[in-house]
Amino acid sequence: MIKHTKPNAFYDTFTRKGPGQKTTHYCPGCGHGTVHKLIAEAIDEMGIKDQVIFCNPVGCTTFLHYYFDTGHVQCPHGRAPAVATGIKRTLDDSIVISYQGDGDLAGIGMAEIVHAANRGENIAVFFVNNAIYGMTGGQMAPTTLIGQETKTTPFGRDATRDGYPIRMSELLNTLTAPVFIERCSVGNATSTLKTRKAIKKAISNQKNRKGFSFVEILSPCPINWKMNAIDSRKWLIENLEKFYEVKNFRDVDTGIKSHGRFPFLDDKELFELLEVSAANEKKAQKQLKKIGEHKVKIAGFGGQGIMSVGVLLANCGKTAEFNTTWLPSYGAEMRGGTAYASIVISDETIGSPVVDKPDVLIAMNAPSLETFENDVEKGGIIIVNSSIVPKKVTRKDVKAYYVPATEMANNLGLTAAAAVIILAFYAKLTGVFPVDVLKEVLPLSIKNKKYVEVNQRAVDAGETFFNEYKE
Amino acid sequence: MKKLMKGNDAIVHGALLGGATHFFGYPITPASEIAQSGAYYFTKAGRTFLQAESELAAVNMILGSASAGARVMTASSSPGIALMGEGLSYLAGSNLPSVIVNIQRTGPGLGYIWPEQSDYNMVVKGGGNGIYKNIVLAPNSVQEMADFAYKAFELADKYRMTVMILSDAYIGQMMEPVSFPAKVLKSKRKDWSVYADAESRTNLISSIHMTKEALVDNVDNLLAKYKKLEEDIVEYEETSTDDAEHIVVAFGISSRVALTAIRTLRAQGIKIGLFRPKTLFPFPKKRLLEISKSLKSIISVELNEGQMADDIELAVQCSVPVKRLGWYGGVVPSVTELVDKIKKTI
Ligand code: SF4
Repeated sequence: MIKHTKPNAFYDTFTRKGPGQKTTHYCPGCGHGTVHKLIAEAIDEMGIKDQVIFCNPVGCTTFLHYYFDTGHVQCPHGRAPAVATGIKRTLDDSIVISYQGDGDLAGIGMAEIVHAANRGENIAVFFVNNAIYGMTGGQMAPTTLIGQETKTTPFGRDATRDGYPIRMSELLNTLTAPVFIERCSVGNATSTLKTRKAIKKAISNQKNRKGFSFVEILSPCPINWKMNAIDSRKWLIENLEKFYEVKNFRDVDTGIKSHGRFPFLDDKELFELLEVSAANEKKAQKQLKKIGEHKVKIAGFGGQGIMSVGVLLANCGKTAEFNTTWLPSYGAEMRGGTAYASIVISDETIGSPVVDKPDVLIAMNAPSLETFENDVEKGGIIIVNSSIVPKKVTRKDVKAYYVPATEMANNLGLTAAAAVIILAFYAKLTGVFPVDVLKEVLPLSIKNKKYVEVNQRAVDAGETFFNEYKE
Repeated sequence: MKKLMKGNDAIVHGALLGGATHFFGYPITPASEIAQSGAYYFTKAGRTFLQAESELAAVNMILGSASAGARVMTASSSPGIALMGEGLSYLAGSNLPSVIVNIQRTGPGLGYIWPEQSDYNMVVKGGGNGIYKNIVLAPNSVQEMADFAYKAFELADKYRMTVMILSDAYIGQMMEPVSFPAKVLKSKRKDWSVYADAESRTNLISSIHMTKEALVDNVDNLLAKYKKLEEDIVEYEETSTDDAEHIVVAFGISSRVALTAIRTLRAQGIKIGLFRPKTLFPFPKKRLLEISKSLKSIISVELNEGQMADDIELAVQCSVPVKRLGWYGGVVPSVTELVDKIKKTI
């Protein structure tokens, strides 16, 4: 039995509507009024009015908030399932209802509905299909039938031009996640009773945290179909229900299973997770020396660990209480097929992090030396990995040092330690920071702890090599 | 102890400490690292990270989550932000707070992944349909990426607006040591949000108004809010401007290159300073007009054709010539190049 008293989930008077506060804005014979009532009754029966938030679509039902005494969020055209996702992922206990028409859901919002369904969002979607755009005045919808005349198909929908009507329930039924998909109709009293059940089921599914429920409701739009209320229901039964089969497509108990959430961390735990300890900020040590702005470029093959050794250098700069920047070779400056990192270490605020004229160039391979030799500042330093680079530095206005780093690293049993050897050599040579800083930082920046020891030996090797170095 | 980290990482750290609980992301170079970092840290912290099916869906998830009272964010890059235009306009029209990071890349269209500052007009003027603005913060260091992300949520909640952090591929990719505040900020209950409870049941989040009076009212309220922002939150930084005859105006990565350039020029005896807007909307109009009186020229240095220069010109009301130095197509000038160009310009 369909009740005839006004459900409690409706406002008594529609004050938000303006004039005509006792009647709805829908056309005579429109199906929306019926669907609204079914939803309102379900809300009443379940006693969930306070929990309900409607996602108002764009279309004739943009004004759901005139009628439903619940929370409302008005959504851009077609995006209601995304908005619903945002609400539901924020308020676990809410009852989120996305109420959409055919243009909104099957046209402009196709991506949003498919993906919300595919994620199994725990929401209820009521899709009112009247095979036409109502609010904009009767244009073709994705669900308009072949041959159906609308304002934009004045000679009837032609499949070769307009494509075929889309069956949304069938389409969503190809997905794994939804728990409930049913196509209903408000064509007559019997079908309306079934619709009532389906609507209630969809909402209670959500309450029971079952997952995504979708109820498609075939509904008349007499005004745009250019019929009276009685004829339009007849047309609905004879035409829409023929093409769009009224039936339940899916009613399963469980949809997708959550693999659980991490607990909500408190402040202390959050700081720990982020590995930042604002509370016990170490007092800045005295800077070790005045260095001005010291610019380093480390360049080599992609696989030589150039970026990470650059980070190591920047970390040493930081640990020595200098300002420091690290910038990977990026975009427009990428030249000569080499990877390189720019590091600036300075006792003042650092301007450009881009090192175009390095004070020190570390050339780990031959193309790096070729590419960047001429960029080095006059009086600057070039450290060459002489195991790999056969060429000598040709400039006379810079100082060149040759370290057979790859060979030395191979002797230690870890080719990748070559750059660390050079970094130790660099530290001794420039004195920007003591080698001890490198030793302190190294273990912190190596993820795989089994490589710490060999890298420590690489530092020693670089230091020894410097001590014995003859120009 | 400061932590050495990338700008893109710093955003996520700052946001979590700033009370962000929800991140709806969609990958795009060069902003994907923020989504990746968000996916790890938001999830691990028991907050929510969700990858949307598009930037359009992401911004609409933000709309939903913000309506429900959350501190919510996303990060993207230029074409993705353009696609969010619809949602940005709805957020503004509905007076919803959100934080959106834009790691700008080259355009138009697909452009490429290299840095540019060519979204200035789109972002500073609004970006979507209708009369509205975003608060636009322009960090120029990794520290500011963290700081601005931290305070963005407070600003967004206070003014019920979108705060856009307008950065670029360089600031996002570079590493610098960062220190963090000791306090985790939290969102308070908002009397306008829908919380799915009795108290908030009659709340309506909407941007539709059915009378001209209501439409005018809505825009008037927005404009009043924007005007107040000009008094409340304008931020800028001045370097060597006291005795300057010329100033460079630059934000983001351009201001970093410009800082070294003006030091170089100062060393050569040229009286030049740097003016760096930290807020692009509201723009530091008043201060620029004030200092323009004693200047011979202003040089706007941007990674675009001079979009901010238009705003500078408006601000200084023709009291001083505004010259435009622009690079685009992913080209970031070297200090040497910038110094040369400035010398030729002044
Ligand atoms: S246009 Fe159609 S759908 Fe819209 S209110 Fe009128 S009858 Fe209902």
